[in-house]
Amino acid sequence: MNVIEVRGLDVSYGKNESTNHVVRSLDFDVRAGETLGIVGESGCGKSTVLRCLAGLESGWGGSIHVDGKPVSWRRTRDELRRMQLVFQDPFGSLHPRHRIGRTIAEPLRCMGQEASDQTVRAALIQVGLPAEFAHRFPHELSGGQRQRVAIARALILAPEILLLDEPTSALDVSVQAEVLNLLADKKAEEKLTYVLVSHDLSVISHMCDRILVMKDGIFVDEFAPGVIATGAAHHNYARHLIEASFF
Amino acid sequence: MNAAEPTLDIRNLRVTYARGIVAAVDGIDLQLAGGRLGIVGESGSGKSTVGRAIMRLLSSSARVEADRMMFAGMDLARLGERALRQLRGKQMALIMQDPRYSLNPVLTIGAQVAEAAHLHLGLRGKAAQQAGAEMLARVRIQNVARVTGLYPHQISGGMGQRVMIAMMLIARPRLVIADEPTSALDVSVRAEVLELLDSLVREQGSSLILISHDIRMVAAFCDEVAVMYRGRVVEKLAQLENAAHPYTRGLLAALPDPKHPVARLATLDRALLSQLETSR
Repeated sequence: MNVIEVRGLDVSYGKNESTNHVVRSLDFDVRAGETLGIVGESGCGKSTVLRCLAGLESGWGGSIHVDGKPVSWRRTRDELRRMQLVFQDPFGSLHPRHRIGRTIAEPLRCMGQEASDQTVRAALIQVGLPAEFAHRFPHELSGGQRQRVAIARALILAPEILLLDEPTSALDVSVQAEVLNLLADKKAEEKLTYVLVSHDLSVISHMCDRILVMKDGIFVDEFAPGVIATGAAHHNYARHLIEASFF
Repeated sequence: MNAAEPTLDIRNLRVTYARGIVAAVDGIDLQLAGGRLGIVGESGSGKSTVGRAIMRLLSSSARVEADRMMFAGMDLARLGERALRQLRGKQMALIMQDPRYSLNPVLTIGAQVAEAAHLHLGLRGKAAQQAGAEMLARVRIQNVARVTGLYPHQISGGMGQRVMIAMMLIARPRLVIADEPTSALDVSVRAEVLELLDSLVREQGSSLILISHDIRMVAAFCDEVAVMYRGRVVEKLAQLENAAHPYTRGLLAALPDPKHPVARLATLDRALLSQLETSR
């Protein structure tokens, strides 16, 4: 069953001759319970696709259906709640002057729900952080801890779909392993669906059930992670990317 | 200079901050005679500090001490700022991570490469521009005449890094220190930039220190890899398969590998590592 169906998604910025056509008429589906990976290099449009799904972009063309219902540029609270986004940079995505507890409770307040201390503590413990971290500021945490906070903030609304935009590319490999394991655990516990965007093929192939290769606003290839190891035939660009990643 | 003498010979290098309370680099030895040495480690391991300490580019709040710090027969620890300025760029060059920040945004590419030719080769005017253009062609920039007139924001990251390499190698330095030269670049241009750097360094007979967090990439390109953890070199390796130290093995196990998929990634046993640290 498809939880997300995207048809003809099209994004361009600017007008007339300076138009930058970022996403070119994409069709894709996200199946319930899977981890879909989108891999591509900077400027290919992969983050823009996620931002469209999350409702952060307006002005896109085409259609997006979530659970069979169409969603538009403007979202209802419930539509927003269902899909939560985790950003790349844990240094930029947490408010530097807000304590961690306030940051984590923010989505609840936005949704008009009650944000008790108890909920915040539980959210922190859920991502493997001590509950006392609620009183700290972001600068008192390491990069990996901050990314855990970002994940806790995304999970607090009990979403069904988590959109992950390069969730570990700002982290050291040893910390990356911990965060990827946490994401895998949460997915199993909460029965989540993931859309993971990254430039790192090894992360994508570790996490994902299905991989889409994006270049210049379109998907040029789709394959299963096992294909990378066997090196079976694909689109030229995908092959080039695989070779460059594992030379 | 006789062949037996290494280009770089460093013994027991220590870099401390705050009156010796914080040791960023805690007693490391490096010898390099031609060839390519890799330094890998995670953020905060002190790998970049080593590169900067060799170039003597650390701020005055850093205290640099070493039993021996020789470069091409000169004692780096004793050289004054004026002598160091003669060395930097000419005999030893540092290639930094992100060309967007290390190129001057208000000068054209041509002017910046020509400046390097002027400073280090003593060329002026047309001759400097000519030498710069030749160097740009050597780093495989197509259509040099067009690129020399462009500003840094008009070129891609990969091209910017090739311009940096051109500027740094124009003086044929004996030692090239590349600090994360490819981590700001897209995957598909990384290999290309590294191969270029490698072939130029070989051609000129320079030594190369490649500093990176990417242990696989470094191991593929270097003759020897020094693994740094908390300011010390825990292990020097010619081949990753020979890794014996728990930190190196932990790092390797934490990397996802599509050829050997695992359900769960191994994580570093930090308790064990800090135990090793304290029992040292």
